[in-house]
Amino acid sequence: MALEVQIRKKLRDFTLDVSFSAGNEPLSILGASGAGKTMLLRSIAGLERSDRGKIVLDNRILFDSQAHLNIPSRERRIGMLFQNYALFPHLTASENIRFGLEKFPREEQSKRAADVIQRTHLLGFENRSPRELSGGEQQRVALARALAIEPEALLLDEPLSALDTHLRSQMEMQLEETFQTFRRPALLVTHNMEEAYRLGAHVLVLSRGHVAAFGPKEELLRHPPSTEVARLTGCKNISRARAHSDHSVEALDWGCALRLEQRIATNSGFVGIRAHHIEFAESTGELTAENTFPCWLVQSSETPFRITLFFSLRQPGQESPQAQSDGPQLQAEVFKERWRQFRDQPFPWNVRLRPDALFWMND
Amino acid sequence: MDWSPLWISVATSFTATVITLFLGLAAAAWRGGRKGLAMALVDGFFLLPLVLPPTVVGFLLLLLFGRNGPLGKLLRAFNATVVFSWPATVIAATVVAFPLMYLTARAALEQVDPMLLQAARTLGAAEWRIFRQVSLPLAWPGVLAGTILSFARALGEFGATLMLAGNIPGRTETIPIAIYFAVEANEITQAAIWCLIDVGISLVLLAGLYYWTHLQAAGRVRWAR
Repeated sequence: MALEVQIRKKLRDFTLDVSFSAGNEPLSILGASGAGKTMLLRSIAGLERSDRGKIVLDNRILFDSQAHLNIPSRERRIGMLFQNYALFPHLTASENIRFGLEKFPREEQSKRAADVIQRTHLLGFENRSPRELSGGEQQRVALARALAIEPEALLLDEPLSALDTHLRSQMEMQLEETFQTFRRPALLVTHNMEEAYRLGAHVLVLSRGHVAAFGPKEELLRHPPSTEVARLTGCKNISRARAHSDHSVEALDWGCALRLEQRIATNSGFVGIRAHHIEFAESTGELTAENTFPCWLVQSSETPFRITLFFSLRQPGQESPQAQSDGPQLQAEVFKERWRQFRDQPFPWNVRLRPDALFWMND
Repeated sequence: MDWSPLWISVATSFTATVITLFLGLAAAAWRGGRKGLAMALVDGFFLLPLVLPPTVVGFLLLLLFGRNGPLGKLLRAFNATVVFSWPATVIAATVVAFPLMYLTARAALEQVDPMLLQAARTLGAAEWRIFRQVSLPLAWPGVLAGTILSFARALGEFGATLMLAGNIPGRTETIPIAIYFAVEANEITQAAIWCLIDVGISLVLLAGLYYWTHLQAAGRVRWAR
């Protein structure tokens, strides 16, 4: 593995205690704000000193607390993209890009600068000062500046969070393009699940300083190892559950019996399903189908193309021994086209929680 | 009329300002943004000349540079004396101007976004280069303001200069000292002329500084490439 990180650092509210390794493909670090993501990047870049641990990049030891070794930031050859871009305001775009190339002869400087300027689509912006550039352009200059030194790893701190929707998708394309040719460890910090999923091959979920999950992104989404990770990855539907057999459970909060494709390891835990995996069946005739239940709509919320439906598996007004409240238990997200097909049907509707979409969590 | 006090004052203030510029910047850069009791003591020490009576500063300088003072002895080994010579006017002016330079330089350097310095580090720049190419160009307006304030302060220095450099016409007699002795000798016209000159120079400097600051704020002057 190209980048190995194993560090411990006491912070004010918790201890950052992280250990992982990253290969030559992008790794998304996902976590709520204040989870220690930025501190992790800064420690790897050498801007922050860890209390204990070891950081190795391609057999090059950058930090080793036992050997009292701490290579300074300027010798680590790690490109860092700061959240606010951190461009030098008194230098032009091209001077910013050349800042890290001082040790090279002039010709080499120009060659490298021209190369990254082309790769980041900044032709024509070379002589602008940062304040004459838009947020997206500034971000590209910052990226070009980091790439110009031909770093051995790239760290990106919330590269998209300050951009509006349109610029964000442009920058996302830029990053994908960059990652394709970069082929070195690239760590991307974000609090947005979709960004993390689109840009990283692997996803590491950070929660209050510890690694809550780490693995290939599809696996992480399909089977989040804990309710914490399920929530952080955007899962809205989680119920306490009791196992009946290896593949069937009783969902206590939802009040239904479910079959799971996944094998269940413990007696009690949680069962979850993502909002966009919930399906609505057409007619009442299918009620006998597997994991299909009558449901009543409680509330709905529209976005331009989708609708979020909050519903309950109990008829309104009916008392239930398990549930404390009569509020919505589940939420589904469906495209409006689909919704129009069943919205005028009388209640109860039929909802289907597919066995392969359900997942089990031990805690 | 003997114009020597004008030239001595300008030469003294100019030399003192150049020295204080380097000392003040070095002290501010060395101090950085550190906190704690030790740093508070350092700040207090550097700012003392601003609040102490000029006579106290002059007396301490005399102790330091006098025949038996530590620095005086050192200089005597090289057959040099400072007390009652032109360099003494420079030393006195430097010491009293230093706090203004230190304060403004420190404030200006602290204004520079630390993120920029960190970005420079990740790009492989050494600390000295970061100071020259990032901190200083960005802090430059504040440093310039400090320089002008220091010059104005050096120009107005009287007490410590009189104690350390005395009043030797043509050598250590600066404008403020010339005014004092003119009044003492009842040469009121002479004193008034020097007063006007002193007020004029200081006013031009300070007004120029403020006007330039306004231009800066309006974005019409761009500094440092």
